[in-house]
Amino acid sequence: MLAALENARPLAGGQSLMPMMNLRYATPDHLVDLSRLAELSYIEASSPRICIGAMTRQRDLMADVDLMAACPIIAAALRHVGHIQTRNRGTIGGSLCHLDPAAELPGMMALLDATLTAKGKDGERTMAMADFPLGYMTPNLEPHEFLTAVEFDAPPKNHGWAFDEVAERTGDFAQAGCGVLITFNAEKKIDQAKLVLIGVDEDGPRRLGAVETMLTGKAPGDALFREAGAMAAAEPMAEDALVTQAYRQQIAGVLVRRCLTQAAGRAGGAA
Amino acid sequence: MTGDTRPRTRVSLTVNGRAVEAMVEDRFSLGDFLRRDLALTGTHLGCEHGVCGACTVLVDGEAVRGCLMLAVQADGRHVTTIEGLADADGNLSPLQQAFMDHHGLQCGFCTPGILMTLTAYINESPDADEEALRDALSGNICRCTGYDTIVQAALSVLKPKGGV
Amino acid sequence: MVGRVFFGQSVKRLEDPDLLRGRGQFLDDIQLPGMVECAFVRSPFPHARVGAIDTSDARAVPGVIGVCTARALPDHMHGKRILLQVPSPAITNPLTQEPLATDEVCFAGEAVAVVIADNRHAAEDGAERVIVEWEPLPAVGNVADALKPGAAKTHAAMADNVAARQALGYGDVDAAFKNAAHVVRESYHTHRGTGHPMECRGVVADWDAVDQRFRIWTSTQTPHNTQRAVVDMFNLSEDAVRVITPDVGGGFGPKNQVYPEELVIPVLARMLERPVKWAEDRREHFLTTTQERDQLWDVAAAVDADGKILGIKAALIHDAGAYLPWGAIMPYISASTLPGPYVIPSYKIDATTVFTNMISTTPLRGAGRPQAVFAMERMMDAIARSLGLDPADIRARNLIPADAMPYDMGLTYRDGAPVKYDSGDYPEAQAKALHRAGYADFPARQAAALAEGRHIGIGIGNYVEGTGLGPFEGATVRVLTNGRVAIYTGAAAAGQAHKTTLAQICADELGITPDMIDVTVGDTGKMARGAGTYASRITVNAGSSVRIAAGGVAGKLKALAAAKFQVDPESLELLDGLVRITGTQGDQVSFADLAKMTSGMPGFVLPDGVAPDLEASGYFTPAQATYSNGCHVAEVEVDAETGRVKILNYVVVHDCGNLVNPKLVDGQVQGGVAHGIGNAILENMVYDADGNPLTTTFGDYLMPTAEIVPDCDIIHMQSPTPLNPLGVKGAGEGGTIPAPAAIVAAVENALKPFNIRITECPIRPQRIVQLINAAQQNT
Repeated sequence: MLAALENARPLAGGQSLMPMMNLRYATPDHLVDLSRLAELSYIEASSPRICIGAMTRQRDLMADVDLMAACPIIAAALRHVGHIQTRNRGTIGGSLCHLDPAAELPGMMALLDATLTAKGKDGERTMAMADFPLGYMTPNLEPHEFLTAVEFDAPPKNHGWAFDEVAERTGDFAQAGCGVLITFNAEKKIDQAKLVLIGVDEDGPRRLGAVETMLTGKAPGDALFREAGAMAAAEPMAEDALVTQAYRQQIAGVLVRRCLTQAAGRAGGAA
Repeated sequence: MTGDTRPRTRVSLTVNGRAVEAMVEDRFSLGDFLRRDLALTGTHLGCEHGVCGACTVLVDGEAVRGCLMLAVQADGRHVTTIEGLADADGNLSPLQQAFMDHHGLQCGFCTPGILMTLTAYINESPDADEEALRDALSGNICRCTGYDTIVQAALSVLKPKGGV
Repeated sequence: MVGRVFFGQSVKRLEDPDLLRGRGQFLDDIQLPGMVECAFVRSPFPHARVGAIDTSDARAVPGVIGVCTARALPDHMHGKRILLQVPSPAITNPLTQEPLATDEVCFAGEAVAVVIADNRHAAEDGAERVIVEWEPLPAVGNVADALKPGAAKTHAAMADNVAARQALGYGDVDAAFKNAAHVVRESYHTHRGTGHPMECRGVVADWDAVDQRFRIWTSTQTPHNTQRAVVDMFNLSEDAVRVITPDVGGGFGPKNQVYPEELVIPVLARMLERPVKWAEDRREHFLTTTQERDQLWDVAAAVDADGKILGIKAALIHDAGAYLPWGAIMPYISASTLPGPYVIPSYKIDATTVFTNMISTTPLRGAGRPQAVFAMERMMDAIARSLGLDPADIRARNLIPADAMPYDMGLTYRDGAPVKYDSGDYPEAQAKALHRAGYADFPARQAAALAEGRHIGIGIGNYVEGTGLGPFEGATVRVLTNGRVAIYTGAAAAGQAHKTTLAQICADELGITPDMIDVTVGDTGKMARGAGTYASRITVNAGSSVRIAAGGVAGKLKALAAAKFQVDPESLELLDGLVRITGTQGDQVSFADLAKMTSGMPGFVLPDGVAPDLEASGYFTPAQATYSNGCHVAEVEVDAETGRVKILNYVVVHDCGNLVNPKLVDGQVQGGVAHGIGNAILENMVYDADGNPLTTTFGDYLMPTAEIVPDCDIIHMQSPTPLNPLGVKGAGEGGTIPAPAAIVAAVENALKPFNIRITECPIRPQRIVQLINAAQQNT
């Protein structure tokens, strides 16, 4: 259908596209409602590879007991996504495709190195989350394609995690946000650290590869986490009419330090 | 006005327990449809970009923004609006009554959306505390009250009857 | 008089049963047979010349009925602008808006055409297809730029951007500064944000071609102003224009003047001879509903060695926006509010009002006072810092003592009367607030928090507020033949519960319960004259008028019954809808029967001196404003790394004289504080340098939400005013007025270790971090 129609857009939960249409920023001629595709709404989180249907609502992600046990950071991040009313309609696929730079779920998928599946007139294809954003609010999808699923490895059982963001009110778009996953080895050194920032880059979530490398193998501690924060704060970041680059850098650095501290405290086997 | 080509679709749904069938303009939001086609004007549109919460209604018992859902998407669903909160005899629901007792409203424009949000929330989280209630309310803007009387009204419904 | 049975009680609101059931009737809920809807074509530029307008594509849109431009309006509207609300000789350029702009638009959002269609959706499609040849012009996008040499001009034909100049003062300021032990100077930038009632504006107009009359429904605070404007524009008799306010979903000031749409929609209804509706959407509201934005202040205080103020010199630049619908009233109020509750022996202020290419500014909850209180209270904190005194102490040394009441401050208020504070105990108000806020042990709490790495702070805001402004607000009370009582008043309501409050006052006079009373507000067809709901004036004016009118009706009831029973009227009492001999079970007659007798019943002869109909009207005309006062103390915690502010505690001592309904007053205060919290830390209407608005959604313009606003601890002092029969003062704005001052002071106090000064509001996290970083670089 998407392939056959001119100026058509898939409509998932509508919690991003509908405001754009009401404000007349988006004026599609056709909408293809995906919400009736029940087969795209599922969560399989009991096995090491977690699979989630693209039309799974944010509400259902927050309520899923298996997902909460395997990967609690997702529910923690979702508490910052809009409000109850929008989470009751908003979907994971819709959020990924809208690709707002400050959106939490793209950040989570980037953090978890998720693989995305898209379906179009030529069949299905998969891609890494890292390859999904092509630019400002531009997902790597053809006009005839839509997202069907995401999957990712559950983080190790004893991982530490933290998510936090700076927004002036509950539910507002983050001026910057940070997610951290961390594991420790038997020597209580950092085995692996994953960090993502949201809201700082027009092109979508930003993994902090250099910080992750720097942290690997080190013993956790305030000085180390401060150094990580300083590295993050030195990255170039977006500036717009309301939020300066300098402020984003400062709060990103603070969030990195705080999230690392909190995640390390939650991790099994931490110092 | 010749050749009106505006697309319309037939929908069947339940609104406040009543079966409704209608031809609705495809572009109408659920809020537009309730207000314009069904004359249920208790649901208010305060911003139409999904922030203020005045248009909140229940769809299959869950709070949603009436401005961010198309009417055609409500096909087959059960919709509850402010007009459906009081019982058949017109008696206020306990939450409505609590709003009256605690002065939980002033101009009353945001009130329907707030009542719908809280009705769903209290059903789902009957043991919520004040902090959780305020978080649940964060998607509804009230310019008049400063929220406190709304929170007190909701808390009074949550408190166990005859309890401490 | 029966006594105060309901006056002073937290009676449940008469408004609630309908509103809680979704049965309110707001503007957009009105549906009339054959009604059409509108969308306006608005300027995308802050300043532009309007060239040719091509409406042909728009007319082809399915559902579109027609398009109207300024040149297509009837001849009688050509060259006409909206009436100026408050003329003043201080105004150098008394320019108001055209109903539709003809040649020049002066803010982004100014309308040049209107599309009529069978529904709003189609009308918007049509408006998108109207092609206007715009010629953009240089624009003023900032109040600070307006007076600079070589500044762009807001209006192409004007010589400069000055709209008004005002100078106020008293006493010998120069001598005060010459004799001062200390002189403290600071500059302030106050931003007031916008009103944002949850219901936007809207108009429905219906022209009755048979009767040659308009019925106009508009979401306004002042239906009589709209009536006057329509009468003026159409040159009609007042009888031909009935303006009705439906339920109004909040006002806060911006619904307190006449807008272009209130003239254009009636024109269309008359041209089309069918009902026409326009309901503003939120984006339009951001662009076209008046705001109250920026003021720039330079303040200097001369202080003696004991910390007593000898004199204040100030200069104020006020942003008018593109037009002057309310004249230059806000800078005038600011100037006369600055001295506040303090003894200021000499005072001089120059206020300059400037045009800018942004939507006009008009009074918004507080109306110039929050800015003035911010300037004065920040100056008090600056003096305290300069002299090494505690902020509470410096205030206590300068507060007007209670025994000085009534206190003639030295200035003339906007009603032309001297600013004479009528009652109140300002030192006691501050003392009570400090006590409740735990001010004395705050330093210990602050030190303990700091030891944990937490920054908490406390701040004080004192204020005095002129309320209950005249000239009048009338009321008519009538006993109906079914025994119920009707009150009519011109004052429109927008959530303040006029109906409940007025019914309480009336019920006591007539010995009935409020639920026997039906109150009609804001209908020019029911009350010929009215001023409107603004300036915290309704309980004072309309309330007093209801007392007078109900007293008149009570007298009539007794006179009629006295004649019937052949007794002295003094021996009668009114109870539960009956008139009877006091304390007896004997002869009695119901209100209903008396109403029937006096309504023209054949054979019934009225007693001597009793006029027909059980009705009386009252027009209370206050001699001067009555002054409410209060003290707010805010306690906050600031995350010094991210700049986030959390309000931990908020104490309000509020004195608005007698309380008619304590719960309603608490609601006004709590809601007012919420508005003030927005002004202090969230709400910022941002424009770029050219006047393009950048915050035009509720996602970008941040209104306070439930997790932000704390439960205020409210203490009422009741200093009745001698100026009206109820002893009441206004309560609608006091919650807002000192809040930015108190909260910003608390934020600054929390950040004491960083030694920053905050001289602006709102203060948002990004700015707090900037100030901290700048202070650290300087050390």
